Amino acid sequence: MEVVQLLLGGIASGCIYGLIALGFVLIYKATESVNFAQGDMMMLGAFITLQLTNTDYWNLPFWAAVPLAIAIMAVIGYGLEALVIRKLFGQPQFAVVILTIAIGFVLRFIAGFIWGHQPQSLETPFTGINLRFSGLVIGLDEVFVIGVTLVLTLGLYLFFAKTKLGIAMQAASQNQLAAYYMGVPVKLINGIIWAMAGGIAAVAGVMFAARGAIDPSMGLLGIKAFAAAVIGGFGSLPGALIGGLIIGIIEPFAARYGAPGYSQIAPYALMLLVLVLRPNGLFSQVQSKKV
Amino acid sequence: MADAPVLETRNLEAFYGAVMALRGVSIEVPHGKIVTILGANGAGKTTLLKTISGVLDPEKGQILLEGEQIQGMDPDAIVRRGIAHVPEGREVFPFLNVEENLRMGAYTRSDNEVEDDLEMVYSYFPILKERINQAAGFLSGGQQQMLAIGRGLMARPKILLLDEPSLGLSPLLVQEIFGIIKRLNSEQGVTMMLVEQNAKVALKAAHFGYVMEIGRIVMAGKCEELLASEDIQEFYLGVSGESQRTQKRWKRKKTWR
Repeated sequence: MEVVQLLLGGIASGCIYGLIALGFVLIYKATESVNFAQGDMMMLGAFITLQLTNTDYWNLPFWAAVPLAIAIMAVIGYGLEALVIRKLFGQPQFAVVILTIAIGFVLRFIAGFIWGHQPQSLETPFTGINLRFSGLVIGLDEVFVIGVTLVLTLGLYLFFAKTKLGIAMQAASQNQLAAYYMGVPVKLINGIIWAMAGGIAAVAGVMFAARGAIDPSMGLLGIKAFAAAVIGGFGSLPGALIGGLIIGIIEPFAARYGAPGYSQIAPYALMLLVLVLRPNGLFSQVQSKKV
Repeated sequence: MADAPVLETRNLEAFYGAVMALRGVSIEVPHGKIVTILGANGAGKTTLLKTISGVLDPEKGQILLEGEQIQGMDPDAIVRRGIAHVPEGREVFPFLNVEENLRMGAYTRSDNEVEDDLEMVYSYFPILKERINQAAGFLSGGQQQMLAIGRGLMARPKILLLDEPSLGLSPLLVQEIFGIIKRLNSEQGVTMMLVEQNAKVALKAAHFGYVMEIGRIVMAGKCEELLASEDIQEFYLGVSGESQRTQKRWKRKKTWR
């Protein structure tokens, strides 16, 4: 029973890691560079929702605030790509990586400036409500997190596999030049990808905030999600989710059965192990080009 | 205007960084014909195609598609206007399957005849239909080339730009691909611009030919004339002149130098 309990909690936090990792992978696949501000975008999404819905602030209904926050984050993501990242088009990827780290710092500072550095908690309709099944206690927030992740994953899968725009996004990430030749508007597509990453970050932020207090430095969680993306094989969407789940599950078990501190090390130890044994990650798409 | 060329470039100049890759190129591609551009490595053939399809912007000069200037437009706008580019080295989307690759070729189209064109492509390349659900990265080189050509056709272009379709293929496959290229031209009336290093196959498939050297057009003519020209025979077809000593005594100079 205890194992099931730990497992459920692990899956719920794994879903959050997985969603942030999804944002990493989306942007990596589209632009071949890593967006280290992904965690901070999640933080921003959480704070925007908090601003919209908490009684101390604007007091909008929760179910109106969340879509609004997702939309705002999508616009912010698109704006970042169009106004900042696109200017570095053709520069070394290294420059983009440093730039995203800097964007992360800026976002953290802005959030601290607006909302302060004290931890705050988001008011959600399901905070503190628990469901009990014969000795098993499941928080409604955990159910919410797992359910939303499932729906979002299914939606993203269908979008990428079935729609013309989704397939064009895959095509642009596999061979940008050829996508240009086919008349795919690659720049616009990169912008849309950043918008999607922003929206997903907002969802992850709300889910994280539903389970605990948030403060401007919570974006550092992104590093753990980065490990999840690496474990899954950077560049694979299902890999990112599964990598997130693995890390989410391993943490509570390491905390329960391991010595103190193990739970902090476990995700990164696992990442090292995966890098040694399967350098391309668990679900990588790697292929050499035929001449 | 029926006799206006589908595609025309006038004094096109383009740079690769500081290198002047095109030094005033003027060519014409008439409707329904295959025009080939021959030349050695680094002559500027690929640059010419990239400039036409909008991936590179020309420094000077004009590109006219059916009399309309299109130089400096974005690649997607140019595809929409009817130029499809089959890039050098095939450049298929490796993790998309064959059908998705072909449908990407029709990305800019929203009419409902895409299905008919899909069938048309499969009728010319039946092997693609057999591999319809296979990821393009797992096709052989020849099949990838067929896929790349089919993908270009899916845009239902006014002109198809083919960059080195023979690259890395066995002589037998080259024959097969060029046979299909000729059939596409005669049966479907596809206008094509064909860039090739393999001068022999290209001159046999095309109607008109241009010879490029270091960014300039140095020779132009009907393919039969070019095939018969001594310069072309010597430098591009590798036919050596016969002499009494079965060995040449002097090194031929190109007449255009």
